[in-house]
Amino acid sequence: MTTALRFSLLLLGVSFSRGFLNDLFDEEEEAERVVQASKYGSLWPLPQKVQLSEVSFKLNGVSFKISDAKESTATPSCSLLQDAYRRYYEYMFGSFKRQEGRKSRHAGPSDVTELQVWITSSESDCDSFPSVASDESYELTVDQPYAVLKAPKVWGALHGLETFSQLVYEDENGAKSINSTTISDFPRFAHRGILLDSSRHFLPIKVLLANLETMAMNKFNVFHWHIVDDPSFPYLSRTFPQLSQQGAYHPYTHVYTPADVKMVIEFGRLRGIRVIPEFDTPGHTQSWGKGQKDLLTPCYSGSKPSGTFGPVNPILNTTYDFMSQFFKEVSTVFPDAYIHLGGDEVDFSCWKSNPDIQKFMEQQGFGKDFTKLESFYIQKLLDIVATSQKGYMIWQEVFDNGVKLKADTVVHVWIGGGANDEMAKVTGAGYTTILSAPWYLDYISYRQDWQKYYKVEPLNFNGTDEQKKLVIGGEACLWGEYVDATNLTPRLWPRASAVAERLWSAKEVTDINDAFNRLSVHRCRMVERGIPAEPLFSSYCPREYRGV
Amino acid sequence: MVQFDSAVVASQWSSMEVIMCMLSSGRCTRAHLYLLLLIIIALGFHTVEGIWPLPQTVTTSPERYPLNSQAFYFGYGRQSAAKPGCSVLDAAFKRYFFLIFQDYTSGNVPLRFNQNKPFTVEVSVDHDDCESYPNEDSSERYNLSVSAGKASLNAGTVWGAVRGLESFSQLVYQDEYGSYFVNKTEIDDFPRFKFRGILLDTSRHYLPVTAILKTLDAMAYSKFNVFHWHIVDDPSFPYQSSTFPDLSSKGAFHPMTHIYTQSDVRRVISHARLWGIRVIPEFDSPGHTQSWGKGQPDLLTPCYRGSTPSGTFGPVNPVLPSTYQFMTKLFKEVSSVFPDSYIHLGGDEVGFSCWKSNPDVRAFMQKMGFGGNFPKLEAFYMESIVNITSALNKTSIVWQDVFDYHEKIPKDTVLHIWKGTGYKAELSRITKAGMRVVLAAPWYINHIAYGQDWHNSYTVQPLNFSGTDEQKKLVIGGEVAMWGEYVDATNLHPRLWPRASAGAERLWSDEQQTSSVDKAFPRLQDFRCLLVRRGIRAEPLFVGHCKHEYQGI
Repeated sequence: MTTALRFSLLLLGVSFSRGFLNDLFDEEEEAERVVQASKYGSLWPLPQKVQLSEVSFKLNGVSFKISDAKESTATPSCSLLQDAYRRYYEYMFGSFKRQEGRKSRHAGPSDVTELQVWITSSESDCDSFPSVASDESYELTVDQPYAVLKAPKVWGALHGLETFSQLVYEDENGAKSINSTTISDFPRFAHRGILLDSSRHFLPIKVLLANLETMAMNKFNVFHWHIVDDPSFPYLSRTFPQLSQQGAYHPYTHVYTPADVKMVIEFGRLRGIRVIPEFDTPGHTQSWGKGQKDLLTPCYSGSKPSGTFGPVNPILNTTYDFMSQFFKEVSTVFPDAYIHLGGDEVDFSCWKSNPDIQKFMEQQGFGKDFTKLESFYIQKLLDIVATSQKGYMIWQEVFDNGVKLKADTVVHVWIGGGANDEMAKVTGAGYTTILSAPWYLDYISYRQDWQKYYKVEPLNFNGTDEQKKLVIGGEACLWGEYVDATNLTPRLWPRASAVAERLWSAKEVTDINDAFNRLSVHRCRMVERGIPAEPLFSSYCPREYRGV
Repeated sequence: MVQFDSAVVASQWSSMEVIMCMLSSGRCTRAHLYLLLLIIIALGFHTVEGIWPLPQTVTTSPERYPLNSQAFYFGYGRQSAAKPGCSVLDAAFKRYFFLIFQDYTSGNVPLRFNQNKPFTVEVSVDHDDCESYPNEDSSERYNLSVSAGKASLNAGTVWGAVRGLESFSQLVYQDEYGSYFVNKTEIDDFPRFKFRGILLDTSRHYLPVTAILKTLDAMAYSKFNVFHWHIVDDPSFPYQSSTFPDLSSKGAFHPMTHIYTQSDVRRVISHARLWGIRVIPEFDSPGHTQSWGKGQPDLLTPCYRGSTPSGTFGPVNPVLPSTYQFMTKLFKEVSSVFPDSYIHLGGDEVGFSCWKSNPDVRAFMQKMGFGGNFPKLEAFYMESIVNITSALNKTSIVWQDVFDYHEKIPKDTVLHIWKGTGYKAELSRITKAGMRVVLAAPWYINHIAYGQDWHNSYTVQPLNFSGTDEQKKLVIGGEVAMWGEYVDATNLHPRLWPRASAGAERLWSDEQQTSSVDKAFPRLQDFRCLLVRRGIRAEPLFVGHCKHEYQGI
């Protein structure tokens, strides 16, 4: 889908180095690795076209401004941009705040005094929600006295602001500096997601927001909120409040109220991030059963109910009435055009044990093929959701089982081993797909596993160009078995940053050493911004994490 | 009164089935839930979460006593050698008041002017060691007896009393209304091993002092008593030496922001003392010293390529008298800054290639009659360093490598076993030679893996090696190591806790009573929530929740 891009660039001076260590010595097996200055500075993910020059300008933290360009179609009433201006000013000059008045307000001759943000399209999208079709491109020119950021829509402007902030560095005297630069940038893939699981462990809102913030620093644009699952149901439904009342770990302290959900969505929107909720059925629904009687299938041992429950009961009309009402609510609460409906890992043993299900199977002529029953359920569910004008995403099993899918369905490939074959199959059938299989970040191991994630090439499967165009992106998944507020953020970052670059930058950006050099500084930047992103290897950050 | 030992409590709590059933919320049968419920009701102490690490003997009863923060007191027993004004105990009383009444500062104190009688924890110790430092011989034994309106805590030393206060704090719980209770309880407790350490590495990544202090707090909650401070190494030299300030001004990652000043070090030592934790610094040489060379010219061996120096440096140069003069001064300073009687001298992983390349080193080898045997040179060096610290009346700890190449080291040297393969054989060999050992090999928890890897730490049997009883007595303890390649302030705490706590129980508790990970699981889950409640970023063991989740990011 992308034509090969060449990087024309000039080498940056040594002054770009942020004083990283000269020597690193490793006692163990790991190859010695020294952080060196990349010619691309600390840009992450690497833009499509970068021209960096050695000419450097100063930025005066007192007088520097970010403002709308005169020609911009966005007005000062565009709070999305105003918020972003303030946010990036803080990131770049946060430590300068209290010195106001002490330093000269007069700009020096070699200063960049202003970043002008110019939204070029007649519709800035300022008040809309981002979508899979949103234009995220931007062009950035850093020159004296003005830097100009041009973008068709606000979404590109947000990314451009992040890039601009990544170009700022401190010279030897600590003065904020930026080099003359020209950047033209756009994402390789439209869907660049992070999956967080708030069911296996409850994740406080603060944690979700901090990670949305960090996603923006890495140009991720989809928060896949795996909000409920077997262990708990923290989503507070207005229509069925008993779901969280009974199914959450705690009905007040471990739930997401409508206001919480709204806050997450708006926080995401202001950063160009879509929030796609997942309400996974018919499996992974144990917690649903606590607040919704008769929703789950009663399992039998012999001829008697065993007292345990299996997947959603697919043979009762009440099930579908419930789902209609429930998804009607979900589709109004979450503005995104897509809902993730799950459909993975359905265990048939309980269905098999239940005599009513057996009878139903017979009536429907399914024989002993329980995938047919699963498909029957999913089909009805998809039809229900389709009436709410939403598109849907589903895990790969739904496709594998031959369920009839709407043309705009997104198939989510997650099963490791054979993912390439699956990608070929799904796109061969004409469906849009996203890839997660190589990016299950909950699987940790000793040493620098970010490299493994970095080296993945999502289009490395057998297929035509047309098929490859159907791959709209991927998601890094951090499932929640072993993760909660105590360790989520350092476990996710900067490991997910590796995925971010793979999904944003050009296919040819594969130099692992250059990536190490840029990512090391990028992780320190996240730390400086208050995010506990863990280290790649022995090293230091000029400003270490201050929390404990 | 129901009487049973702790192991029985654990077993009744926790067939693995029951736990899994609690966790997966619904995947279990009702029958199991009822069973669990019955146990709870029958024993009537469901909110007593138990103590981690498990005390040697516990007797508890369903009889419970209310505690009210308005009428709760710590006091000194009449017979106590330590009196009011005892710095260790006064500080401990204050800390434990806040740890016991977690709501106290949040303004949620139930203002109930009920008929609650006062409750007093009366502490008596045999020795007034309030102003001293804990040492290798300090007794940590304590006896705790909780009855109506009163808990009596008796110990030989203030360090034992601090351990007992930790146990007491873990006995206190809140009911559904937020009222505090403690059950009638008798505990007689002492550690299985007297050396129970945590190693932090402040060279590969600099750890801010606040991160170290927080680690000391969490160590005390798990009854660790040694902080092994691997303070310098190849990548950086953050210790600011008053004798050789260039070591950190040139060898630290940054000369101002990434150093430990003398007052930082004092702060760490005094904080540790109040928790009954010894601070043992490690100044590892002759290898692992690249950062030393930056601030101390001629200390390291110049490596040669052919007949010319290559510009790189190897281990400490063992052939120059100036090396030993430097080391004498440095260790003189270190031994006065760090009050503990132990100093860790390292001695591990010395590469010989640079020494081999250097003509002066080769000439020295010839003169000394070492031939081509470089371990002899290394042994010569280590012996000199050990003699320096012996002259300063310090006990040396060295990594096992020193024993491996030099069996005739002074008998009072402590060997530190770190190599994972064959550590049991190494335990046999070293103790057979009559030397004391500290075991770290099975507890390198910087090595992470998916899943519940705390099992590995927990199931270690430190004395399961072939040897006589006398030999086994020479195993003075163990140490959990968190090397710093992949760890800094951003992820240190969740990687340490509660994984290190698994090692803590192995080193403190009776092995027979704590041999099952299934029984330990629910107790460790509760304990990790207690850590979270106390502000420690302790990561989860598995799916589940804490009543009070971590509130940071």
